[in-house]
Formats: sequence, structure tokens, C-alpha cells
Amino acid sequence: MSTFEFTILIAFGSLVAGLIGALTGLGGGVVIVPLLTLAFGVDIRYAIGASLVSVIATSSGAAAAYLKEGFSNMRVGMFLEMATTVGAMTGAYVAASTPTRAIAIIFGIVLLYSAYSANKPPKDLLTDEPPDRYATLLKLDGSYPTSEGEQHYRVRHVPAGFGLMYVAGVLSGLLGIGSGAVKVLAMDQAMRIPFKVSTTTSNFMIGVTAAASAGIYLHRGYIDPGIAMPVMLGVLAGALIGARILPGARVRTLRLVFSVVIAALAVEMIFKGVKGSF
Amino acid sequence: MASTQAWGDKRFEVMMGRLLRFGVVFAAGWVLAGGIHYLVQFGGAKPEYKVFHGEPGGLRYAHEIVRGAMELDARGLIQLGLLLLIATPVARVAFSVIGFALEKDWMYVGITLIVLALLVYSLCSS
Repeated sequence: MSTFEFTILIAFGSLVAGLIGALTGLGGGVVIVPLLTLAFGVDIRYAIGASLVSVIATSSGAAAAYLKEGFSNMRVGMFLEMATTVGAMTGAYVAASTPTRAIAIIFGIVLLYSAYSANKPPKDLLTDEPPDRYATLLKLDGSYPTSEGEQHYRVRHVPAGFGLMYVAGVLSGLLGIGSGAVKVLAMDQAMRIPFKVSTTTSNFMIGVTAAASAGIYLHRGYIDPGIAMPVMLGVLAGALIGARILPGARVRTLRLVFSVVIAALAVEMIFKGVKGSF
Repeated sequence: MASTQAWGDKRFEVMMGRLLRFGVVFAAGWVLAGGIHYLVQFGGAKPEYKVFHGEPGGLRYAHEIVRGAMELDARGLIQLGLLLLIATPVARVAFSVIGFALEKDWMYVGITLIVLALLVYSLCSS
């Protein structure tokens, strides 16, 4: 296989990954690393570097659409960014001294969790409890527009959410993914933020988090232009097409199928990691 | 209780979103141009990514990448586009400092400056 064929195949695979990732809400990043390592035999460090770059592209590319809707909560986003950026830098530093087979196994476990959590229907856990002390202090409570007017919400369990966001950052920096699934866990489950707000806010955070570790990966020589180029262009094109056809698409079946694919990739990564072929 | 959701001027937010999209489109176009140059030059070679070597110094540090790109080195050109892409979320955080300052929310100006400092540190340290 020549470099030309290799590049075109990776670009095409990334486009499909970005498209399905956007349609299912799972993000294209989660399958880039398995795709590159399992199908193309690329070293996992190059794969993680390329995936990280594509995560930034989709996050910043989607921001314009999200900002117009007026759902995102900038204070929640910026406050939690302190946790995710420190986490991402931790993850990127830890990655250097972690054996690649261990990274493959952790990757597989996170993939399995992502596949599972994507199929749980989003449920808002709005409460009438008194305001959270930290949420008040940090002015995190907010509201978002609905067809029946402004819907107010209160942010709960700020320390737990902050801690979980640190974990999301570590995973992002270690594995080169957006770790949307852990962010959902922190913002929806722990902090009780309505999912419309948490999805749009976390989209913004994913790009900033990935940028925090991308610099470290770049300095370490993990970001190869020959691989990152087709991955970034493919995922970005796929995500933009996906966002355009999303409103009319019926995604439940697709999400289920994609989750099964992800779970299969996860098992293969764990298996190969345990066997030591990474 | 005042709503804290209205973040700065709505127009400021929309403008920032457009700016981000412009940044991504510009970076992607740059990477694509570099990619075509790269394929013309190296398209026939054999790809070698099974074993990790790490990139040469010229593709690791901002000033080296800029120099490589100025010499129209294909890999350097792509890398500069990727560097621009990595900079887009950093730019957004920098603009958020202005957004919070316009609101005179000094606590969040501080929080945003901390995030910005972390990002700049990770991009510039080696």
C-alpha cells in the first residue's frame, strides 16, 4: 500500500466515523484510535495524537451552531474547565510513562462504558431542593429558552461534578478522546444540569480540554502530519455532514448498531492489550 | 434573583462562534493544501507507522514548525495548520476573558485567566 492509498483510506474511514459519531452523539473520536490501530496497524501513540486533533476540529466546528441556540452555560463551562485542563495535562504526562498495552486496555473499558451510556435515554433530574452553596457562590444556576419560556435550573453537587470532570480530563489526555460519556456523568447525573445545556456546554469544553493535552503531545512528537491530516479532515467533513442531516434522521437504530460496533472494538482492544500485542 | 445565564452580549457570543468556525475552516483549508503538497511529494512512498519513532524536532515546536512551513516543507505546512487548529479553543478562552470583563464579573475573569494560563503553559512548555 502506498502513502497515497493509505491517506485516502484513512480519510474515508474518518469521514464515516465523524458522520456516525455526529448522528449518534457518541462523537467520531471514540472510534478513530481503534480504527487506526486495529485496521491500519498504526502505533497507538500516533493514533491518539491524530484523534486529539480531530476532537478539537469537531468541537470548534460545532460551536457556532451551538452558541446561537443559547443553551450553553459559560460559567459552568469555564469553572469546570479548570478541572478538565489540569486533568488533561495530568493524563498527557501520565501517558508518556504508561505502557501502550495498558492504554489499550483502559481505552477498551472507556469504549464499553461509552457504548452503554449512549443508549440510556437522557433524563433531566430537575430538583426543587434549596440552592447549592457552591453553585450560588460561583453563580452557576441558570436558565435556558424553551417553547414555554425560560426554564430555570439549579446546579447541584458542585464538588462531585468538579472531581468527575478532572477524571474526564485525565481520560481525554490519556486516550485522546473527548470523554463525552464521563462529562455527561458529571454534568447530567451529578450536577443535575438539563441535558440540552450540558450537551452544548460540554461541546465547548471538549475542545479546550483537548487543546490542553494536544500541546504536550505535539512537543512529544506524537502528532504526525501524515496521519493527523486525513483523520482531521475526514472527521471534520463527516461531522459537518452529520450535523446537516441530523434533524431528519432516525438515529435510534443507528446508535444501537454503532454501540455494538464500539463494544466489539473495545473487546478487541482489551484482548490485544492483555495479550501484549500493542 | 438575577439570572446569570445571559452571558455578556448575545451578539458577542454569536460573533465568537463565527470566529471559531472561521478558524477551523481556515486551519482545515491550510491542512488540505499542505496535504495535497504532501501527497504529490510522498504519495508513492511506503507508509511506516507500525513502529513509533516520534516526530523530528522540526515538527514539535511552534517556532520550528513555522520555519518549516516557510520553507514550504509539506509536513511542516500540515503541522502549522494543525497548530492553528489547536489554537482555536485557546482563542475562544481568551475572548471569554473579554466577555466576562464586559460583564464586570471579575471572579470569572480570574477563573478564565487561570484556564488560559494552563493552556498557554501546556502549549509553550516542553
